[in-house]
Amino acid sequence: MNDQPHDQFLTRRDALKGMLCGAAGLALADQASVLAQAAPRKPKAKAVIQIWMWGGPPHTDTFDPKPDAGYDYCGPFRQALDTNVPGIQVGQMLPRLAQQADKYSIIRSMTHGVNGHETASYIVQTGHKPGGRLVYPSLGAIVSKFRGYDAGYTSLVPPYVVLTRAQGRFDEAGFLGPRYKPFVTGGDPNARRFAVEGVVSGNITDDRQKKRRELLHSLDSLKLATPGHPVTAQLGTTESKAYEMILGDAGKLFDLSTEDNAIRQRYGRNTFGQSCLMARRLVQAGVPFVTINYGGWDTHKQHFEAMRRKLPQMDMAMATLLQDLEEHGLLDSTIVWWSGEFGRSPKVAWPGPWNGGRHHFGKCFSAALAGGGFKGGQVVGASDATGENVAERPVYPPDVLGSICELMGINPDSPLPNPRGLELSVMPSGKEFGEGGGRLKEIM
Amino acid sequence: MTRQVVLTVGLLTAIQAGYAAVTPVSPFESAAWTVPGNGVDAHVLAVLKQKKIQPAAPCSDAVFIRRVHLDVIGTLPEPPDVKAFLADTSPAKRARAIDRLLAREEFADYWALKWCDLLRVKAEFPINLWPNAVQAYHRWIRDAVKTNRPYDQFARDLLTSSGSNFRVPPVNFYRAVQGREPAALAEAVGLTLMGVRFQNWPQDRRDGMAALFSRVAFKPTDEWKEEIVLCDPAPTDPLKAVFPDGTAVIVKPGDDPRNVFADWLITGENPWFSRNIANRVWTWLLGRGIIHEPDDIRPDNLPVNPELLAYLQKELVEAKYDLKHLFRIVLNSRTYQQSPIARGPTATAEAIFACYPIRRLDAEVLSDALNWVGGRKQNYESRIPEPFTWIPEEQRTIALADGSITSTFLQMFGRPARDTGLESERTTNMTDGQRLFMLNSTDVYKRVTSSVRLQRIALQAKGNRAKQVSGIYLTVLSREPTPAEQAGAETYWESAGIGSTQAATDLAWALINSMEFLCRH
Repeated sequence: MNDQPHDQFLTRRDALKGMLCGAAGLALADQASVLAQAAPRKPKAKAVIQIWMWGGPPHTDTFDPKPDAGYDYCGPFRQALDTNVPGIQVGQMLPRLAQQADKYSIIRSMTHGVNGHETASYIVQTGHKPGGRLVYPSLGAIVSKFRGYDAGYTSLVPPYVVLTRAQGRFDEAGFLGPRYKPFVTGGDPNARRFAVEGVVSGNITDDRQKKRRELLHSLDSLKLATPGHPVTAQLGTTESKAYEMILGDAGKLFDLSTEDNAIRQRYGRNTFGQSCLMARRLVQAGVPFVTINYGGWDTHKQHFEAMRRKLPQMDMAMATLLQDLEEHGLLDSTIVWWSGEFGRSPKVAWPGPWNGGRHHFGKCFSAALAGGGFKGGQVVGASDATGENVAERPVYPPDVLGSICELMGINPDSPLPNPRGLELSVMPSGKEFGEGGGRLKEIM
Repeated sequence: MTRQVVLTVGLLTAIQAGYAAVTPVSPFESAAWTVPGNGVDAHVLAVLKQKKIQPAAPCSDAVFIRRVHLDVIGTLPEPPDVKAFLADTSPAKRARAIDRLLAREEFADYWALKWCDLLRVKAEFPINLWPNAVQAYHRWIRDAVKTNRPYDQFARDLLTSSGSNFRVPPVNFYRAVQGREPAALAEAVGLTLMGVRFQNWPQDRRDGMAALFSRVAFKPTDEWKEEIVLCDPAPTDPLKAVFPDGTAVIVKPGDDPRNVFADWLITGENPWFSRNIANRVWTWLLGRGIIHEPDDIRPDNLPVNPELLAYLQKELVEAKYDLKHLFRIVLNSRTYQQSPIARGPTATAEAIFACYPIRRLDAEVLSDALNWVGGRKQNYESRIPEPFTWIPEEQRTIALADGSITSTFLQMFGRPARDTGLESERTTNMTDGQRLFMLNSTDVYKRVTSSVRLQRIALQAKGNRAKQVSGIYLTVLSREPTPAEQAGAETYWESAGIGSTQAATDLAWALINSMEFLCRH
């Protein structure tokens, strides 16, 4: 059921048929835009790099600084930095990103109002509130389907890769099923050898790999006794593909030692830095969706100490990623999406046990988008003087996800097959969340 | 009290006539049947004859003992048990092995796992039972399996209980649903206890059934995450509802509509009730429903063998809903004890039960099997921040209570998310990623190189290569190697140009990656 064929690009006829049948998500006002979409158009973006700030990054210490809010809000970070775009400031811990502000846009009015990690992670990555007995697929799974497997993707590296640990917060593939689950690399790209789980084995020589593969073939008695069986066939094809990865070129993709030492240094010799470099290599090789699962942002306690450690790392790697993508001519076709499941409370929790902590904050937070058809040097929406409320132009998670879909050539309003046979669209409108949202036309 | 199945002479003759002698495929098949078969076989053979399809040969004792362990208790057999079983010459040894397994503790673990999938037992998103309630609910379910609580009583408890989610565990049935509106509850009831997709019914029928769950109420207490499930006492007017068969009913004020529904559903005469569970038990053991999918029963989804299904329903009702009785009938049948090698196109044969279906091991079972061979434990992760959960080293994966406690391995191998209660949530396809993991991950590498079990075999063999090879076979595949396999494996020592330890490691690795280990067959 999950494998039924499905057109990723809505044709004119489909669009018209959809309207005649009153397909889900086709409100009258949207008809014009669906028609505009209907003419075949080459998508601007080919890939997404999702920098997933697991735990919830502090918006007021990063992309939405409030230097005038006072010590109770700023703590020790009381300055904001001018960027290379007049009128846009970022937090004082992001000097390198300040010099790349022309490449990305900042959304300062993200909101969904949920303060639980699981639920918020789900909302930000699927665009849906939980409930309704369906677990929706994350953006990565949607891209994996429509721009990966269903679009004739044949590379050996799966179309949806997570560096380096699984999110584990929800089932990323949702009802689309395990085929669309991400490939989780494991290992550490900053280690001497990036031991990608299953692909790169540090202990077995290629010669021994070949010999024991022959041994497996000669002793696989049940397989030999059941030549026509579907499971036999499945074991055969998956094995061939696995060995092409193990012994062939795909495995070399993960060998970061072939990169210049200078560029490795520029990214920063740490797991996040080298993950960013790895992400660029994956995108270069045609992988349409890469998630960098960047944890450690759930700083309820001693927040500022943690930020002094983490923000320079993030600043260095992300700024280099943007530059490096541009130097490789990839920025125009690669969306970089920086977001956590929520922001952190702008008001600092000074007393113990927090000792200067920030808590979960889903009412108002920031996200950043670069490349792949998103304009740089813009700010969408605004928060109030303390960063605690959305002041202008709320942006709901499905607005961001729908915009990314559009640029990836996936019509967010086209139907999404599902196990219950309901009329669903690829991405819902943000109406479920509140008024005043909408896709990010101002930066597309 | 065990209900006996009586076989008439006529039935026995008919069954025997249905199975022609064949040349067995070594080591998977036997030349002749040693079990008499039962009513299941008469019905299966009737359809096979009509479709002109030959049943498969009897499976060998080695295949049977591994299969029945995996199917009944989700656990690999211990080598001494295998040896004892193979040496036993009694014709009743298969029936006795079945009885022993049905009494094992792991039986309760494994089938509680199955029920917890269907009842969506997980602490976190999107079910949000929360940890305390998960533990209480899991224990209640496991206890029901262990004591073989009659299924009608089990179902009634799920449907009609009231009280605290900590103290009256079955009330969690209504809490383990995404959405608490009457239609969502009715949908869960329909799916779980009737095997139907409520959401596809006509609107009036849906409204009629939803009304029966419109008075289920939830109220919090002062204790953290405690919740009382009850029948809302406030309404004073009679409630109009419609049973799924179209009969209208008026529930008097003061009556709990859930009881009214349970009284309608849970009777020997109501085909919905026994059909669902009989068909599910069959699906669990034979890999495919007589009505398929087993949770998508509808008038246009016909059973492939209606007489077989009716027979199982009748047996169950007459045995007073003793599920172990149903297990025993199916497991003792020749149909279940067929070889996995179909004598004709596999898809057709599997659809009408003319062979045993080969399926990849369930994620949890494979995880335990690897732990058992390789002597390493899973690293679990949980999305639950608190309370702190400690999982002992020796905890079996099949005994995990909470669907929110998971591991990369379990996710990769298609453990159900427990979000919907659909049987199809569990997947046993082999994906590229799984194959890569099995063939070349550091995890599997470490298991084969550091396995105490395999090291002990090497030590005990004292350089006797034949003994070492047979020890590795017995450990990984639960059988002795055939002479050809023995010779092939021993040749590897000479030809590979690697040390003896490495050669033994490679043999274990190859067997772990063979279809025979990865699948139940």
